[in-house]
Amino acid sequence: MNFHDFQRIQTRRHFFKFAAGGIETIALAHLLGQDGRATQKKLPEVNPLAPRAPHFAPKAKNVIFLLQAGGPSQMDLYDPKPELQKRHGQALPESMTKDLPFVFIKPSAKVLGSPRKFRKYGENGTEFSDYIPHIASRADDIALIRSMHTEAFNHHPGQAMLMSGSTMSGRPTVGSWVSYGLGSEANDLPAFVVLNSGRGASAGSTNWSSGFMPSTYQGVNFRGYGDPILYLKNPPGISKISQRARIDTIRELNEAHYQNTGDLEIASRIHSYELAFRMQTAGPELLDFSNESQTVLDSFGIGKEPTNAYGTNCLLARRMVERGVRFVLLVHASWDHHSAVDKNLGEYCDATDAPVGALLGDLKQRGLLDETMVVWGGEFGRTPMGQFERVDEAPGRDHHPGCFSMWAAGGGIQGGQVIGRTDDIGLNITEDPVHIHDLQATMLHALGLEHTQLTYSFMGRDFRLTDVGGNIVKKLLA
Amino acid sequence: MVKREVVGGTFMKNLGKILFFLALVQTSSSLGWAEGSQNALSLPPVAQKPIDFSRDIEPILKGRCTMCHGEAQQLSGLRLDQRSTAMQGGYSGPVIIPHKSSESKLVRIVSGVIKDVVMPPSGERLSDDEVGLLRAWIDQGASWPLEAETALEATASSGRKKSSHWAYQPLKKPVPPEIDNPKWARSPVDHFILARLSKEGVDPSPEADKYTLFRRLHLDLIGMPPTPAQITAYIKDSDPAAYETWVDRLLESPHYGEKWAMQWLDLARYADSDGYEKDLVRPHAWRYRHWVIKALNDDMPFDQFTVEQIAGDLLPNATTEQKVATGFHRNTLKNREGGVKIEQFRFEEIIDRASTVGTVWMGLTVACAQCHDHKYDPITQKDFYSLFSFFNNADEVNIDAPLAGEMGPFLSQWPRYRTEREELLQKNRVYELMPAWEEKMRLAARNPGKWTDLDHAYDALGKYLDNGHGIVEKSPSERTRKETDSLIDHFVVNYHRIITKEFNKELNYKDLLRGNSSFPSGKLQDLKDKFPAVSEAQTIAESAQGRKSNIHIRGAWNQKGIEVSSAVPAFLGSLENTTNASRIDLAEWIISEDNPLTARVTVNRIWQEYFGAGLVRTSENFGSQGETPTHPNLLDWLAADFIEHDWSLKKIHKTIVMSTAYRQSSAARPELVTQDPDNRWLARQQRLRLPAELVRDSTLAVSGLLYPKIGGKSVRPPLPPGVTGLSYGNSQQWPEESDGRDRYRRGLYVLLQRTIPYPQMATFDATSREITLCKRERSNTPLQSLNLLNDPVFTEAAQALAVRILSESKQSFSERLLHAFQIALARTPSDEELESLQKYYHRQTQIFEQEPGAAEKLAPVELAGISRIETAAWTGLSSVLLNLDEFITRE
Repeated sequence: MNFHDFQRIQTRRHFFKFAAGGIETIALAHLLGQDGRATQKKLPEVNPLAPRAPHFAPKAKNVIFLLQAGGPSQMDLYDPKPELQKRHGQALPESMTKDLPFVFIKPSAKVLGSPRKFRKYGENGTEFSDYIPHIASRADDIALIRSMHTEAFNHHPGQAMLMSGSTMSGRPTVGSWVSYGLGSEANDLPAFVVLNSGRGASAGSTNWSSGFMPSTYQGVNFRGYGDPILYLKNPPGISKISQRARIDTIRELNEAHYQNTGDLEIASRIHSYELAFRMQTAGPELLDFSNESQTVLDSFGIGKEPTNAYGTNCLLARRMVERGVRFVLLVHASWDHHSAVDKNLGEYCDATDAPVGALLGDLKQRGLLDETMVVWGGEFGRTPMGQFERVDEAPGRDHHPGCFSMWAAGGGIQGGQVIGRTDDIGLNITEDPVHIHDLQATMLHALGLEHTQLTYSFMGRDFRLTDVGGNIVKKLLA
Repeated sequence: MVKREVVGGTFMKNLGKILFFLALVQTSSSLGWAEGSQNALSLPPVAQKPIDFSRDIEPILKGRCTMCHGEAQQLSGLRLDQRSTAMQGGYSGPVIIPHKSSESKLVRIVSGVIKDVVMPPSGERLSDDEVGLLRAWIDQGASWPLEAETALEATASSGRKKSSHWAYQPLKKPVPPEIDNPKWARSPVDHFILARLSKEGVDPSPEADKYTLFRRLHLDLIGMPPTPAQITAYIKDSDPAAYETWVDRLLESPHYGEKWAMQWLDLARYADSDGYEKDLVRPHAWRYRHWVIKALNDDMPFDQFTVEQIAGDLLPNATTEQKVATGFHRNTLKNREGGVKIEQFRFEEIIDRASTVGTVWMGLTVACAQCHDHKYDPITQKDFYSLFSFFNNADEVNIDAPLAGEMGPFLSQWPRYRTEREELLQKNRVYELMPAWEEKMRLAARNPGKWTDLDHAYDALGKYLDNGHGIVEKSPSERTRKETDSLIDHFVVNYHRIITKEFNKELNYKDLLRGNSSFPSGKLQDLKDKFPAVSEAQTIAESAQGRKSNIHIRGAWNQKGIEVSSAVPAFLGSLENTTNASRIDLAEWIISEDNPLTARVTVNRIWQEYFGAGLVRTSENFGSQGETPTHPNLLDWLAADFIEHDWSLKKIHKTIVMSTAYRQSSAARPELVTQDPDNRWLARQQRLRLPAELVRDSTLAVSGLLYPKIGGKSVRPPLPPGVTGLSYGNSQQWPEESDGRDRYRRGLYVLLQRTIPYPQMATFDATSREITLCKRERSNTPLQSLNLLNDPVFTEAAQALAVRILSESKQSFSERLLHAFQIALARTPSDEELESLQKYYHRQTQIFEQEPGAAEKLAPVELAGISRIETAAWTGLSSVLLNLDEFITRE
């Protein structure tokens, strides 16, 4: 057997080993050419994030997940409750509240009516609050779920549940699962990117952690300032030409060492350096909005307050999806309005509503919405009862995991509908409860992944995003 | 999964019934997390006829229940094939209450009125008629005639069968097998390896060259590469014992304790912060790490190492260090988020303590049994909560744990410190305002829900001050000095919660003790910092409360089942003390001959560090779902040898690194690719990418920047701007960036803040240590490349390395290149490598000549007699060396 055959077999072996274990796979797409040295053998290209076939034909290819961390108030945005106005200022009967877990308020807390006006939008006539006219204007694309429920009523566990399917931190998040299941189609960007704005979210990096999976599947934070990706910029004194020379030499020496050791990890390392170099160009290019029309910039609210920060992230999300990024997570915090909920919520909506509306419209106009699923929501909802922190402050609302609203739109999602109902008070679900695991199972389904089959073995157990739960919400699917 | 499908199915099938049920639920409790209504109306009607047990009931139980709740297995502790156990019930208590069918869990669970659970879990549901029969039987008194006893008393009392699984069998030391080529073997280890290779018809690999071996040894034993001087000395040394001399020398190096602490700290899930939302820094956590490093350096026998960590506080006349060892259990996550139920997260911490001990010392995934009997291993839910019980009565206590030399200066300055502190407190009216506040806290404790601001403040007292609720209830004279001080500090930080904004401003307590308890600053803290301090440590100690333990139904903190007492997993053995066994009893059992797992699990994890995989590849799972050992006799030989040599870790390390097997070359072999692709036979060594900390350590070491101080507090090297902004409310800061030499400490001392991991650590697969970890991933990503290419830490190292090369080697270009190569890679380069580097050097020089100012930026230091361009080109070249795959790999 000559060395070339050896490499071929080894590569194939590497491929099968990883494919069988579902861990990593290798692109045999092309063997890299050499720079003229007759003695050198060809080097296999090894890419742990090469695209992988889904379990079945997918409806969506990419996800933009809009995490409104903190728990947005559903009865002020998506789930109108006129009954609350009637009962405003009254306590609810004890029988309704005695078993509810509250964080700060007591079961005797008084009902807080919503001052928001609701109006019907779209062909289906779905009601949305006057705080979110731009989102509402996309009603025909949106599947609004009013019957979400979760198990956690504190922020960190709640966000961990929403993003990783478990209230404990240390598990891979949905973006990691999707990158692990499908690989990446981006040639010069990471598979899973995170964009933060507002204050940091309670769960911090737990929201984009790859948990016990290799860091290959970790969310890469695209930063608001400094390098867009950490260490993307060359050190002082190293120009692009210098960097290329440096990487070429590293590559030559790595190739020589590969010849000596026959270890495919080195081939993989060479691939990583090439991708890193391409990212150094692609990162700044992504941030360069000069080829975007002024109409687009205006619609996202870029260059004006209060929408600039979130609008920029929304436009970046679209540009990433265009470039094959599999999963974009936008974290916006904190919608945790324990006091002055009406005023605070208004400010948060002013900063985000127009950008989100523009994102949906822009994706649609470019034909990207068909293959991109957009999800909007937080870790839980808020109570129909008010929370009075101090006498001199306007009331807020406490955490409520029993029912809350989220929505999805785009790839794989049947828009223009409402799923689930809650009772007149907004305490309980009366129709079609959707657990976080159900939503996660459905998201994976739309991406062509069967949630019970997408497993990762760790500490003697096959883990899933949906833990031991998850039923696909058929109504949600297109 | 199955569970939910059935519930879903129920929804479809019995929609009418469910909607009616929902209507009922809404009036009394919430759907979503509370258990459903007990209203008998939603149960199928009682059969209206006299019941004959054998005719009406036994067929239902036998047909639908006893497969899981019978002789073979008793899931959830329930056995329904005999009267006595059926009446006793399961983990949650009785399931049959004679004359009260609507309250009997048996009836309710088969009727589907309990949320999320319905029995049987698969197949057809029981029909309404069948449930009606069960109800009638119970309402008529649940008579169970003796002749209907379907199982024999004899088998009932015999308990569970002993498992035949290999890992649970007693440990015996096997005799090393005969081998064809005894000369190859340097250690009994080699007999096992070579015997296997001969069986497979494969030759072992040749020994790695001396350079590779020497570097391998250094990286494996102390986690840093050798210096050129050491390499030269070793290469020149012709003494056949030279290798062994170096092994002994490295095992005696204080850096050995640092290197091997890393693996243990992963297992102990050591971190410097709480985790979860607030993620407060734990200023005293390092004291446990300090203990681990010292214990390893002292070669503390592993049995003692075990006992002290599990139960050091309970040893007779426990020393401070023995108490510090229990800090192992303090590394659990802690949730201080407002409104979190304190008891819930205390429960979560105990769960984690029990599971971690199960994984670390027994190699078992006991955590599965938190919610249900283990699916594959003979660990029942009762076993799990019996293990849980050992830890349930332990409180978290911080103690003074002075290091040598701290006590004298501390005591001499103590009176002055106290005087100044008292003055400060009095001046700021603390003593004047505090009694009323304390009274309000006690009022809040007794009148929950009455005043929101007081509730808030009382919640904060429990969250931010460990045992805050307990302390405030004590009379001032009963409080220890530490408790009094901590209550005052808490009061100062949190008083604003119950007073008006105006008064708060006027008081200006912010000035006194600013910020949250993770980064206190302000006058009180400044004062404290001015005086010598003693180190403190996080420990556990038995509580006077004497908490009872129960099985928790489906693992829920607030759903208690039957009471359990502390016991070891029944299938592994039992303790003599069955009524009030303590953590000492547990620890002693763990290291006793009765438990064959501890030694096997421990030597296997050590082996894993040397060969990239354990002899049992699933080092975290020795249960039936884990892999069987590739060399079972070798594993047992090592485990038995470990015990024979008084559990000496250094001895087992030496045994392994002295072996011929360890010294093999790691180069891939074409003929093995198809035969043994995963290197299970060990016909060669394995190339291993260095763990995150060692990537940093090696870089700092070869550049000469490393500050090799052993032990002590965690350090905060500079972070890129924006990294901390991703934490909760942008609240975490890294304010006291370490300066001077502390910036260049080894990776294991870098402050591990769970929600904002140090980027280079996370990028190279170090976890945030939320849960115990037996084996790190080794990924290979572009972010790693960017980190090595562009992170200022690595640029600075390249600059320092260039300066080192240029000042240490004053000769020709090629002499310098040889020197550089030897520093970085501990070997001499090939001609091809020299040629590449030479080419790069010239190319780089050219580029600098064309890019004015670039060289000055890359090489900020002016060296006498050397041009800037030359220094900059050497900096680039150094950086190339530090980026090589070989540099971050143990060959």
